[in-house]
Amino acid sequence: MSEHFIESENLCYSYRVGNGKEDVPALKGITLTVEKGEYVAILGHNGSGKSTFAKLLNQILEPTSGKLIVGGTDLSGGELSDEEILSLRRRVGMVFQNPDNQLVATIVEDDVAFGPENLGVPQPELRKRVDDALLTVGMQDYAAQEPHRLSGGQKQRVAIAGILAMRPECIVLDEATAMLDPAGRREVLDTVRMLNRQDGITVLNITHYMNEAALADRVIVIHDGKLLLQGTPDEVFARRDLLRQVGLEVPQCSELIHRLRAERIPLEGDRISDPDGCADMICRAFGMKDREEKSHG
Amino acid sequence: MDKILLRDVCFIYGKGTPFEKCALDHVNLSIKSGRITGIIGHTGSGKSTMMMLLNGLAKPTSGSVLIDGYDIQSRPQDVMQEWLLKEPYAGMRRSAAKRAIKQEIERRRRQLCFRVGLVMQYPEYQLFEETVYKDIAYGPSNMGLSKEEIRDRVLSAMRQSGLSEKLCEVSPFDLSGGQKRRVAIAGVIAMRPEVLVLDEPAAGLDPQGREQIFGEIRDYQRETGSTVILVSHSMEDMAQYCDDLAVMAHSKMILQGTREEVFAQTDLLETVDLDIPQITKLIQKLRQRGLNLPANIYTVDGAVAALRQLYAQTETGGREE
Amino acid sequence: MKSVVFGQYYPADSFIHRMDPRAKVILSVLFIVCTFLCRNAVSFFLMTAAALCLVLLSRIPVHLVLRSIRPLILILIFTSLINVFMTKGEMLLTPSWNIPLPWGKTWSIRIYAEGLWNAAFMILRIFILLIGTSIFLSFTTTPIAMTDALEQLFSPLKKIKIPVHDIAMMTTIALRFIPTLLEETEKIMNAQKARGADFISGGLIKRAKALLPVLIPLLISAFNRAYELATAMECRCYNGGEGRTRLKVLQLRFSDVLAILFLIAFVVGIFFLNRLGLIYTMK
Repeated sequence: MSEHFIESENLCYSYRVGNGKEDVPALKGITLTVEKGEYVAILGHNGSGKSTFAKLLNQILEPTSGKLIVGGTDLSGGELSDEEILSLRRRVGMVFQNPDNQLVATIVEDDVAFGPENLGVPQPELRKRVDDALLTVGMQDYAAQEPHRLSGGQKQRVAIAGILAMRPECIVLDEATAMLDPAGRREVLDTVRMLNRQDGITVLNITHYMNEAALADRVIVIHDGKLLLQGTPDEVFARRDLLRQVGLEVPQCSELIHRLRAERIPLEGDRISDPDGCADMICRAFGMKDREEKSHG
Repeated sequence: MDKILLRDVCFIYGKGTPFEKCALDHVNLSIKSGRITGIIGHTGSGKSTMMMLLNGLAKPTSGSVLIDGYDIQSRPQDVMQEWLLKEPYAGMRRSAAKRAIKQEIERRRRQLCFRVGLVMQYPEYQLFEETVYKDIAYGPSNMGLSKEEIRDRVLSAMRQSGLSEKLCEVSPFDLSGGQKRRVAIAGVIAMRPEVLVLDEPAAGLDPQGREQIFGEIRDYQRETGSTVILVSHSMEDMAQYCDDLAVMAHSKMILQGTREEVFAQTDLLETVDLDIPQITKLIQKLRQRGLNLPANIYTVDGAVAALRQLYAQTETGGREE
Repeated sequence: MKSVVFGQYYPADSFIHRMDPRAKVILSVLFIVCTFLCRNAVSFFLMTAAALCLVLLSRIPVHLVLRSIRPLILILIFTSLINVFMTKGEMLLTPSWNIPLPWGKTWSIRIYAEGLWNAAFMILRIFILLIGTSIFLSFTTTPIAMTDALEQLFSPLKKIKIPVHDIAMMTTIALRFIPTLLEETEKIMNAQKARGADFISGGLIKRAKALLPVLIPLLISAFNRAYELATAMECRCYNGGEGRTRLKVLQLRFSDVLAILFLIAFVVGIFFLNRLGLIYTMK
């Protein structure tokens, strides 16, 4: 039995610009659900409204209209009390794009402690939480370091530890890998994957990297403030032409399968988001005969 | 022909302090004129340091950097004693002569910056003027050009980097991320450098933005015939847009040549922790499973062509049997 | 730029390094009081000995301590000259030299023994003061520990509506971002240099103007950072100082209290020593 962690219905948000005279809609009626413990990727090009969606989830922005329920708290039903907002932000942790602009303290462990300190977690519980969180993201050896001496991937892992120390139910990555190099990106993705699998933390990865979306259980594509497409990575990548229209590209392997099918090479199967799946499909089409021929020759 | 040649270049940060770190370790590199060369390496491999050597923002600790065959590197402390004995400095008061020499070296450094244009990573952070036009004109006006010449250069740079002329009087801070980046690139292109060096020009952009920026850079290169150097850690992009490739790892140059030559050595690339393109990995898997494919496939187009050919062969081969 | 040594903190493991930073703040205040109480040769001798002991206790290389004093050499020379020439006393050491000044008057130089004593005492006083405070504060205490200590020492001021926590939080964030902004400054400077910016030639005004292309982007980025950081802090449940707990709670240990008591005793001792009028007493 699964349970909804996020439930939105016809969710809208407009930015006020020009001294509140003009409304610029960023979200135009989003209806979706995210289950507890799910790993969801939200895809969209820059300006599609995907980051706005993230900011609504922990009440950094308030919905203009529509329904939004996160972790049982109704965010669209008027004013929330301070305690409700704090409890919401504790449960839904955010990792942002620029690793430099989210670390507060001059020492790694002090930064990890920042969230629980704000929540008033007493000692020795606080110390334990900080040590556990650093251990989980594999940064225990850097506890006494200064953040500016760390690499981008390490900084983001410290940011994740800072969230873990608040004992969250959900982690939202708001383009958290956009400024990282491939190694840093892998560090961060491996970490959240492990948190999702081992601790059942719900993960929302907002990104425009298709290779990252392929790692998710489910992909949601947002375009122009609306939900365009959702499904498993295989299902979504199968809509290659639609994705291209909205400025997104499928991973190279999926692209190859599309192109080969267009060449009338019969490829059977649908595991197009996984390189191994693609390899299987191609081998099948070329037949084991190919291998036999070789051994004969 | 070699446009740029690095000969046995070493660069050491903070020499003689506890923070001493070798960023470049006996690096040799030749960059061919009129081609796009990609420099690939992981973070901290020394590629950013190398970029700063190319236009004189940093000087090598040892070794030499040659552009069109001339050594560009002269540090004040290296030439000071020699120049002090030469005219016009020999006749001056010592302190005045020293100042004049420093200024002369600075003048030469600036001259070099105009020849080798450098676009840093996230270049939109360097925008500062009130309008797009003025910002792009900053470089050309530092060159001391006439107003007409500046205007001509700014407008053609805007066209080459895909900016509409309507944006001239707009504040650069009102533009989208991708547009800001184009303004910053135009600001360097407007100096009409012989060599254009770009560090991660597509970092942080979405797939469409990446494709556009790289496409514009390629078109610029074809139109002007200049030498372009792209620095990146994305093998997928480099495979698509570069003619030549140089791979760096741990402060050393480990591989260089045309992209066909470099991608023929996939095994070596994997050992240095670089993200080789997904398509190359897939082809490798297929080869391991017995499909008779060439090793150096690095684009989807290449993979489609190779598989199509192989499929045609197996079809006919099957019928003959 | 990354190698900028921030502040003067010298990492080592010594008795003074391990002390509670609040104790160190109190100790340095007491030390300052002490140096100003000193009036005679014996007390100055004791203070100098105490300062030397501090240097040894802190395990900071002597040349580093001396280097930190170097910028003040001019002030030292100036004050001692003033003391030598301007002090009037009873023991005249020189015949009075009269130097005619260009505008007609004459200046008579008289150097008294008291002047020499005073000059020596002044130099010692500045020396001891600097060594004492820098050993307690800058050399052995990180800026962040200092902020914590000051926040807690001044926390009674919250009652009169002084936002002690907010000031401390701002200081912490400033300390956190100084290296980041320094790095960014260097990056932007390089970017503008690559566009032919010239920061070194021309007069003062021209050079100041040449810095605009660096300062404007730096300012804009600092604002962006501030905005993003504020959002991130909100997301991490920051709600002001109310109800916060601390990971590192400062704890005054027995040895800290002992050190403070010892220095108080020292202050009292110096106070009475002055009354004895040994060798020479400053007026």
